[in-house]
Parts: sequence; structure tokens; C-alpha cells
Amino acid sequence: MTALRRPYIFWLALFAVTWALSRWSFPLYKALDARWIIKFPKAWELPLEGWISAAMAWLVESATFGLFTFRDLTRFISALIEAPYDLVRNLLVDGFQTGLGQNAVEVAPSLSWIAVIAVVGALAYYAKDWKLAVLVGACFLYLAIFGQWESAMVTLASVLISVPMGAVGGLALGILSYRYQWFERALRPMLDLMQTVPVFAYLVPILFLFGFGPVSALVATIIYAMPPMVRITTVALQTVPPEVHDVGKMTGCTRRQMMWKVLVPVATPTLMVGVNQVIMLSLNMVIIASMIGAGGLGFDVLGALRRLDIGAGVEAGLAIVVMAVALDRLSQAFAVRERGHAITGGFVKRHPWGVTVVLVIVGTFLAGQFLPALQTYPDGATVTTSRFWSGAIEWINVNFFDTFEAIKVFFLNWLMLPVKRFFGGIPWPWGVVALGLIGWRLGGWRLGLLCAVMTLFIAASGLWPKAMVTVYLCGVSVLIASVIGIPLGVLAAQNERAGGIIGGFIDTLQTLPSFVYLIPVVMLFRVGDFSAMIAVVLYALAPAVRYAAHGIRSIDPGMIEAGKVSGCTRRQLLWRIKLPLAAPSLLLGLNQTIMLALSMLVITALVGTRDLGQEVYIALTKANTGQGIIAGLSVAFIAIIADRIVTALARKSKERLGLEA
Amino acid sequence: MTNPRPVKLDCRNVWKLYGTGADRLLQDHVAPTLDDMREAGLIGAVRDASVQIHEGEIFVIMGLSGSGKSTLVRCLSRLIEPTAGEVNFEGRNLLTVPEKDLIEIRRKKMGMVFQQFALLPHLTVLQNAAFPLDVQGVDRATREARAREVVELVGLKGREDYYPRELSGGQQQRVGIARSLAVEPDLWFLDEPFSALDPLIRREMQDEFLRLQALLHKTIVFITHDFDEAIRLADRIAVMKDGEIVQTATPEELVLNPATDYVGEFTKHIPRAKVLRLSSIMSPGDAESVAGQLPGTARVEDVADQIEAADLPFRVIDGAGEAIGTVDGRAVIDVLIGRSHG
Ligand SMILES: Nc1ncnc2c1ncn2[C@@H]1O[C@H](COP(=O)(O)OP(=O)(O)OP(=O)(O)O)[C@@H](O)[C@H]1O
Ligand SMILES: [Mg+2]
Repeated sequence: MTALRRPYIFWLALFAVTWALSRWSFPLYKALDARWIIKFPKAWELPLEGWISAAMAWLVESATFGLFTFRDLTRFISALIEAPYDLVRNLLVDGFQTGLGQNAVEVAPSLSWIAVIAVVGALAYYAKDWKLAVLVGACFLYLAIFGQWESAMVTLASVLISVPMGAVGGLALGILSYRYQWFERALRPMLDLMQTVPVFAYLVPILFLFGFGPVSALVATIIYAMPPMVRITTVALQTVPPEVHDVGKMTGCTRRQMMWKVLVPVATPTLMVGVNQVIMLSLNMVIIASMIGAGGLGFDVLGALRRLDIGAGVEAGLAIVVMAVALDRLSQAFAVRERGHAITGGFVKRHPWGVTVVLVIVGTFLAGQFLPALQTYPDGATVTTSRFWSGAIEWINVNFFDTFEAIKVFFLNWLMLPVKRFFGGIPWPWGVVALGLIGWRLGGWRLGLLCAVMTLFIAASGLWPKAMVTVYLCGVSVLIASVIGIPLGVLAAQNERAGGIIGGFIDTLQTLPSFVYLIPVVMLFRVGDFSAMIAVVLYALAPAVRYAAHGIRSIDPGMIEAGKVSGCTRRQLLWRIKLPLAAPSLLLGLNQTIMLALSMLVITALVGTRDLGQEVYIALTKANTGQGIIAGLSVAFIAIIADRIVTALARKSKERLGLEA
Repeated sequence: MTNPRPVKLDCRNVWKLYGTGADRLLQDHVAPTLDDMREAGLIGAVRDASVQIHEGEIFVIMGLSGSGKSTLVRCLSRLIEPTAGEVNFEGRNLLTVPEKDLIEIRRKKMGMVFQQFALLPHLTVLQNAAFPLDVQGVDRATREARAREVVELVGLKGREDYYPRELSGGQQQRVGIARSLAVEPDLWFLDEPFSALDPLIRREMQDEFLRLQALLHKTIVFITHDFDEAIRLADRIAVMKDGEIVQTATPEELVLNPATDYVGEFTKHIPRAKVLRLSSIMSPGDAESVAGQLPGTARVEDVADQIEAADLPFRVIDGAGEAIGTVDGRAVIDVLIGRSHG
């Protein structure tokens, strides 16, 4: 009996001490006259920030590799990226010109809007069917009609450049880490870190290296979108069935033939899933990166948010949504495309779509010379919904202001502020000790040490208070996301119809770039912690739902039958059998929810939170590399601590259920 | 029984142990027993296997699931490295040839058919069949012409442009066979090629296989866990159990003289008429009046009706047409009803 209760005593005691210290840290400091209790002493702070900034400055200004300087290297990379980017941008937006500035003469116009729609439509038909062609075509038509064409094409140009680079780069790294164990071992921690460091954080050094402009944005996008491709490539190659390897060997493939003629083609369907991810992440990042000069739809949204121009913000936001949906469906269709058997015949017969598209491009180009409306969608015919949205939001705000305000105040007073006070009050030395203890308890002394050291790093960087704000916002958001998401997931797993609807809803939520979530919440709740929380909840909801549904669905039906036979009611079945058995899966979902919440939190710095995200954001506006990297690392450390702790919990619960040795 | 044909593939004392420390165990013990291995925490997938495969014969390796058949054949083709032993192919030790030569040998001299078909999903039937030639750098026209030949040979003419997923299991395996034949291999490995097929198709494929072999005369290593299949196809059979080869013999010898109870257990329920040939049931000497003459290699099953219906015995002759004995209806009936004779 005592053995059973001892774990609870540990957790209770830990919580009690933490609560007491948090509650009375201030009087304690007064009583002992020890200010270090609540504030990490300035004198002990690590001067890392200065070092990093100095190192970056040295890199850019004087580092040299002998034959060429570091500067030359970044210039070279810039040129490598800029040339194709300019080409695509000219093709889609600007048209081709000779000469500069005033003397510029247009040589050829950009692709007409009709031609672009024809191209995407044909691609969709080629990938799947008429329906998809109509959907994708309609999405792009929407962009034209609602006056978002130019911005959308700028965004598309960035995506079109970063996707091939990210996909090919990811493929190459993935192949290398498949081939060479040491490479994979070296790469994995870097990938882990890249996925936990918030996106803003690496905007800072990139900005420093490449300057303000599209190149920086593209570099950041490529770096951001590559890691999943690397992982998927490695996994895809590893899961090629062994017989296929045997076929390659027995037909006498050399290693290169084995890779390019056998493994990569066989793994292609999985690789395409990776490409889909690269596309969606690129779109997400291109929009965030509009802050460092990518332009396009993200820039429009950001500008509108700053001006509090509700209508324009919603309009641009919707355009992002439409584009995300179109690109997602299109790339998914390519991922599952099945080839029918080959068509034989003449060139036109074999490539009916290629030919049609070329005809449309040439046709609209020629006709566009006489009929400008065919070249550029006429401004006069655009429809603006801006006023409608402004009106609608205003109407909501006028009529429901009190309701919204009441909800907001309720949440703030009863949940958010108490939690904030609790975390904010924890003295940093106890934070280090407590996390060390938690880690030790769940995963042994190594984990304890890791947690303690990472926490100490955050404190020693002078970021303790902001980190606690991050923890509090993340905690509250994850809690609410779980409270909403887990029941939804359970419902989806138990009821097929509900499952279909919820699945579709969640899929759509996940394709939306994180930026989009900010728009409605800011419109309805204005800036502040509450808005940030809602945006984070929306963004982080998906994994909670997905993993809950997956956990319930993958329970051994035998267990459920056993429960039924022993006379469980439906409710008992759920609470006594399904949920306990799904616990490991729920914990995995929790883990993912935390990761997404943290990454979104940094973006919500744009709507005025005072956490680590804000620190990164400030660093970005001041182009202070050291500050940005330290704050970014702090967020990453919080993510890593949370990840390791939840993983340890999941492992324990699996062991308890005997699901894994 | 001596086999006049030269040895194509000679495998001597091949071991394959899984687990860490496999090499050490084999250094310490000349012939470790199962207990030794269990103690060392190793799995003996193949233990001390020796087989000689002669040119032009169908050599079947037979055994239950997990007995090490695939492991052995993968050692023979060096898809995996044996822990110890020697595999000589046309006089060269495959285990020591450099990578480059091994690739060359596989490209020109070996073909393999896999249990799970292992077709490349992104290639059409024709491209799959042409794949080994593609790897060798043969130009497109030549390799497609050759691929068309083999696709036709396996009876898939008209489906050249299909993708594997558009074919049934039996058709897919035909493609697998076509692919392995495209390079005209001397040595043909088939690892349970028909196990994934349902019984009717399996039988059809076995007939197909025999028809092809009658045309092509390859040296064949054929793996199966189905004894019926083994006796239908084999010139000789090696029976494996727990990684060991317990007996290597012709189907007839296996049935008549099983080396162990284990082999006996396998052969017990096999209708003898399917296996036995006249030469093993005939009475020695010659008879004066006979109903006719039959070759000693004829299976009892195939000639039973004929012998049983005649009043007089039949003369049994060897390949040169010399009389080697006689056989009558009674001997045939003994075999058919399982009465032990002699
Ligand atoms: N890579 C491996 N690692 C460890 N053990 C293995 C490995 N491959 C095979 N084995 C073991 O070796 C033994 C023989 O396996 P093998 O695949 O050769 O059997 P098989 O006779 O081909 O069976 P089947 O008829 O099912 O194909 C089995 O006990 C198997 O568990
Ligand atoms: Mg096998």
C-alpha cells in the first residue's frame, strides 16, 4: 500500500514546495535580503550574447578561407539563389526587361493569369482528375478575381524556388545519412535542434549574413523546410523491402545504380509525402519571412495587422488559405498518383496536356498584345471583400463586444493570471532544482542533469522571467488544446461520420500557415495574452485530436470485447479500457501539441506577448544576432526538456501496460 | 548415384550464424552443436551445409518455414556473407571474388526469382523484364527486343505496358521469371517462387516452369517448403531442418530410404506412385512374352493404367534400350495401395 502511494507523495510534495516558494518568493527575498532568489545576478550572467554577436561580426567582416572570404561565400550563395528567383519572379509577376530603372524596356510580359491557371489546372488533371483541376483552377481564379494576384504570385515564386532547393537538399542529406551511419549520427541532433528552435531565431543570423531581402527569406525558408525531407528520405530508403535490395544486387547493380535505379524510384511515393511537407512548410515560412523582405501575401497580412486594417488583413489571409489548399491538394495528388499504362502514339497524343498548356501560353501571350485583359486580370473586374469583412467584424464587435470581453476576462481571471502568477513567482534556483528532480524521477540522473543544465542556461542568460511567461502561455494553451482536442479525437475514433468531419476539419487547419491564425483572433480579441493563447490553441489542436483518435483506433479489439463480455457500459469501456490503453498515444499527442504550441508562441510575439518570442522578435528588429540566438536556444531548450519528459512519461506508461519490453 | 554432369555450384561446409560473436564460436568449435549456439546466444540459420549442384539439373532445397532455406540460397548467391565455408561457382570461390567480378558474375550468369515477386513498382512489365539489361547498359532497342522475347516466353504478350499492380499474383510472378531470364543466366535461383500463389495457379506455374526448363536447360536451385512441389520438379532434393541438410537424394531415394525419421515423416503421406519409377519396382531378369516395353525412368503413376490393364508383364528398358527387368500389374498395385513388396 505504501509502495503504491509513494510516487504520489513525491509529486505532491514537489508541487507543494513549488507552490509555496512561488507564493512567498518575494517575502522570502525581503526577509533574507537575498535578491538573487528572484533575479539571476547580473554579474553571473553568461556573456554569450556578446560573444555570438562578435563571432558573427568577425565572420562577416574578416573571416576568410584563404582563396575567398566568408563574405564571398555568402555572396556566391546569394547569387545562386537570386538568379533562379529573379527568373521565376519575372515569369510570374514582373515580366522580362532589359536595361535598368527608368530605361527599362519590357522584352516580354510575365505569364498571363489565364496561362498560370491553365498550367495549374493541367497539372491537377495530370496528377488526379477533372475535379481537382477545377478546384485548383478555381482557387487561382479566386486570387485573380479578388485582387490578390500579384502578391500571390510573389509568394508562389518564393515557394517555387525554395521547394526544389529544399527537396533536393533534403534528399541529398537524407541519402547521405542513409548511406553513412556517422553522417546520420552527426546530423540527427542538428535536425532535432532545427525543429525546436523557433523560426524567428534563425531569421536573425540569416538576416545578418544575407541582408534584408528575398534571398534571406529564401535561405530561411529552405533551412526551415528541409529537416522533414531529410528524415522522410532516410526512413523511405530504410523501409524499401529487403527483396528489392536483393533484386538490385542480383541484377548486378553498382552502388550508384542501386540508389538511383532501384531505391529512390521505389521510395518515390513516400518521398512525395516529404515534398508535400516541404511545400507546406515553405509556404508557411515564406509568409513569416515576409518580415525580412520576401514580400507577397505575408507582407500584406503583416501590413494590415499593423494598420489594424481588418478587411485587407482578412482578404490577404483568405488568399493564403486558398493558396495553401490548392498547393496541398495538388502535391498530395502527385504523391498518390498511379500511372496508368503508357499511351503510345505521336507526340501530341502522348502529351495532350503539355501541348494544350503551351498553346494557351502562346495564345494568351499573342492575344494579350491586343487585349490587355487577357494578359493581366483587369483591375476594374476585381471584387474586393475588404469592406464586407471590416463591416462584419465591426458588427460582431459592436454586438458581441460584451460577450467576448466576458469570455476573455473569465479566462484571464480564472485560468491565465493564476497560472501566470504561479510560474512567474517560481524562483530560478528552485526551478533548476525542480526540473532536475522531475527529470531524475522520470528518466534517471542523466535526464535530470540535462533538464537542470538547460534550465540553468536559460536562467544564466537572464531570460528566466520571459521563459516563465513562455512556459505559462504554452502550458495554458496546451491544456486547453488537450481539453478540446482529446474528446474530439475520441469522438472521431468512435463514430465514423464524426470522424470524417473532424478529420477534414483538422486536415484543413493543419494546411494553414501559422500566420493566418493571428488574423481573426486579433480582430476579435485585440492584442494580448488571450489572443495569443487562442491562436496557439487553434494551431496546436491537430496533434491532440489525431493522436487521441489514433490511440483509440489502434486498441486491440480483443481487449474491448473482453470488456464488453465482462459487462462494461459504454462509459466504463471508454474510461476503464480505451483511455488507459490509449495513454501512450495521448502522451505522444501531448508532446506534439507542446512542440507546435511553442513554435506558434514565438509567432504570436507579433500580437504583443512578453515572452521569449518577444525577445526573439526584438532581436530580429534590431538585427542583434547574439540576442536572437540565445533567446531562440532558450525556446529550444524548453522544447527539448518538455519533449524528453513527456517521452519518458510515455515510456513509463507503455511499460506499465506491457506494450513494450 | 553418380552424376556424370560437371558440378556448376559447389558449396562446402557453409555456416551462417546470426548474433554477435558468431566468428568466435566457429573458431573455438569445429562443429558447434545447437546447445553451444544457444549458450552463445546465436541463431544457427545454416549449419555446415554442403551441396553440389550439377549443370542442367533441378536441385530443390526443401524444408519447413524457418529451416534456413532462404539463408542458404542467399549464401549461395552471396546476397549475405556466410559466417564460414566456401562457395565455388564454376571453379571460383564466390566468397573471395572482388566486388567488381561479383557484379559481373551476377549480371551475366545468375538469375533469381523471389517469393514476394519483388517487381519494381515504377516500371512496366516490359521495363521490369528489361531491367537487368538496363543495369548492364544495353541500349534501349536491344534490351526491349530481348524483354519482349522473355515476356512472350512466360505468356504475357499483350501486357507489356501494364504496371505490376495491374497484374494478378500469378502474372506478377511470370514477370519475375521473365526478368530473371532476360540475361540468359546459367544458374537460376528460385526462392519459393510459387508459395504466394493459390494452389491452382501454383500448379499451372509449375507446369509452365517445367516447360521452360525443357526449352532452356538451366542449372536450377529451387526452394520450396512444399514436398509435393519438390518431387514434381526435382532431379535431386536436399531436405533441411534447423539449418542442417539432413539428406540429399533423388525423390525416389528419399521416399524409399529416408535417412532420418524426420524425412520419413515428410515422405510418409506422399503417394508412392507419384515418386517411384519403374526401375525401382521391377523384378530383375527378363520375361519371354511381354505386353510391351517401358523406360525405367517412367513414373509408376503415369504408366499404372497401362500395366494394370495388360495380362502380360512389361519389359523395363534403360536409356540404351537394354532390358533391365520386368514389371507386372501386381507390382503396380502394391505401390498404389501402399503394400510393402519384396
Ligand atoms: N537477419 C536475421 N537475423 C537473425 N536471424 C535470422 C535472420 N534471417 C533469418 N534468421 C533466422 O534464420 C532462420 C532461417 O531463416 P530462413 O529465412 O532462411 O528460413 P526459410 O527456411 O527460408 O523459411 P521460410 O520458408 O519461412 O522462408 C530462422 O530461424 C530465422 O529466424
Ligand atoms: Mg524463405
